[in-house]
Amino acid sequence: MTRFILRRVGQALIVLLVMSFVIYSLIGLMPGDPIDVMIASNPGATPEVVAHLRAIYGLDQPIMLRYWYWLVAALQGDFGFSRTHSQPVLEVLGPALLQTCKLMFASFILSVLLAFALGVAAALKPGGIIDNIVSLFAFAGISVPVFWLALVMILVFAVQLHWFPASGISTVGDGGFNDYLRHLVMPVTTLALANTGHFTRFVRAAMIETLRMDHVRTARAKGAGEGRIVMIHALRNAMIPVVTVMALSFGSLFSGALITETMFAQPGMGKMIYDAILGNDFNLALTGLLFATLVTLLSNLVADLAYGWLDPRISL
Amino acid sequence: MSATTTDRAVSPWTLRWRRFRNHRTGLASLFVLFLLLVFVLAASPVAHYLGVDPYETDLLSQYSPPSAQHPLGTDDAGRDELIRLMLGGQISLLVGLLATGVGSVIGLFIGVVAGYFGGRTDALLMRFTDGMIALPLLPLLIVLGALDLTKLGFSSEFAHSSAAGFWRVVIIIALVDWTSIARLTRAATMALRDRDYVRSARASGGGAGYVMRTHILPNVATPLIVAVTLTVGRVILFESVLSFLGFGIVVPTPSWGNMLNNAQELVTTAPALAIYPGLLIFITVIAVNFLGDGLQHAFDPRSER
Repeated sequence: MTRFILRRVGQALIVLLVMSFVIYSLIGLMPGDPIDVMIASNPGATPEVVAHLRAIYGLDQPIMLRYWYWLVAALQGDFGFSRTHSQPVLEVLGPALLQTCKLMFASFILSVLLAFALGVAAALKPGGIIDNIVSLFAFAGISVPVFWLALVMILVFAVQLHWFPASGISTVGDGGFNDYLRHLVMPVTTLALANTGHFTRFVRAAMIETLRMDHVRTARAKGAGEGRIVMIHALRNAMIPVVTVMALSFGSLFSGALITETMFAQPGMGKMIYDAILGNDFNLALTGLLFATLVTLLSNLVADLAYGWLDPRISL
Repeated sequence: MSATTTDRAVSPWTLRWRRFRNHRTGLASLFVLFLLLVFVLAASPVAHYLGVDPYETDLLSQYSPPSAQHPLGTDDAGRDELIRLMLGGQISLLVGLLATGVGSVIGLFIGVVAGYFGGRTDALLMRFTDGMIALPLLPLLIVLGALDLTKLGFSSEFAHSSAAGFWRVVIIIALVDWTSIARLTRAATMALRDRDYVRSARASGGGAGYVMRTHILPNVATPLIVAVTLTVGRVILFESVLSFLGFGIVVPTPSWGNMLNNAQELVTTAPALAIYPGLLIFITVIAVNFLGDGLQHAFDPRSER
């Protein structure tokens, strides 16, 4: 077990290292560089001054060397300074990460609950009316563009019905808990709906498969009630593949969070990365992308471990 | 099938078509997709008939309501909404098909090589694939969409042309969405690798490239049809969100995604315009996904009908 964990952690670290280099190189290929941004407000800068500035900031050096300097600093916890926020990157990142985690966690829980309820209901009678309705809902969830779903939600529940606010995380002058919750309803629901489709299909498929297994037939033959069969004998076994798939979906959950945060103006990681790329805030974009990768890798690691814990037959 | 059973042998494709025909949503989706194709291809005839130029901006007739000349009204720049929906559909569907095509080639290559050679090659390629699957793709796509092509050695003229914008979207989506095809190809290749006819081809001196081309690839193609179909749906969604965020297809070329660029403004001034493009994306992708489901049913030998 320990060896397995160590190996997976090692692999995750290698992926993270490779990704950090890839992202570093890509960021360097984005339009402009820090010097362009610096001289944008200073039309008097001559080419000599620009070249001198590049030399001072080390931008004339080969990319491998620059990456090495960045990596050494990053390993010491120095991710540089955010241009647009005029703050150290980590201080901007902290609150955004927290905000995104709240959004992702709440949506994840909501969509898992919905998916289990719908998936199990559909699997009880494959091909029945409930199954067909659930399938249609699941396909709709997979196929809807998340940004458009958010747009429709804003149109209906904010503009037309005035039930929920369309953007932000709280009303100015009203920092109460209820106000805070009201602002979370639409982003969380949107992100949850977008994920429920996939999850529901997995739960349904896993349940149908498990309900056909011998041990379920045995339980039925021994006279166990239908409720007990579904909840105890089938659901627990069906959960094994489902949990893995769900935890592996954190990458797409994060992509969804980026869209949701942008649409509902939530100050989270997704919106932060998006704004950083738009605003040529290189340090912030780089660190944000790396943390997004890190969070995803961690959740995958947890999925691997959960798999072993749920299914004792798998010896790690 | 009992009524139609005859003594004649039935080819697998006939059987698959029969099973597909019985899959109502699959068949309905095929019909919907056909209608969508007719809709997007009707762009230039309809534009000619209505006498409107979809690229001509007219700020005096911004957000005009539906009329005889503009059946769905006009957008924020006074352009005809209906024609732009048709043209945007051409772009969105084309990106969907092309990016899936390029991505499939990448996935096939990686999958066949990993499955055929096995061992360390396989382990390395599959770790790479797993890493790719785990990544949050959208932020990565945004970075790729923001790259400055002149820094990659392209001329400034090319970098800012609409052709470059189009191909950039196709290529970057293909670069991130090949993983499911690679994994399926690998599994299918591994199953084929040790079949007798493949061994005999190897024993007769067939090189790896030859064996893969003649014996492996044709046989892994069929199980991939479903995965490829589902990829088209996903790619269309990627294109729409990238274009919506401003990193995909850029105006004046319309795409269903970038027609929602100014969505925040549309919601209050012209709600209908905020609905149309997204609804078309939704209908297209759900039809593609149901088609994939129908094909899955048709290709699964365990399906009864």
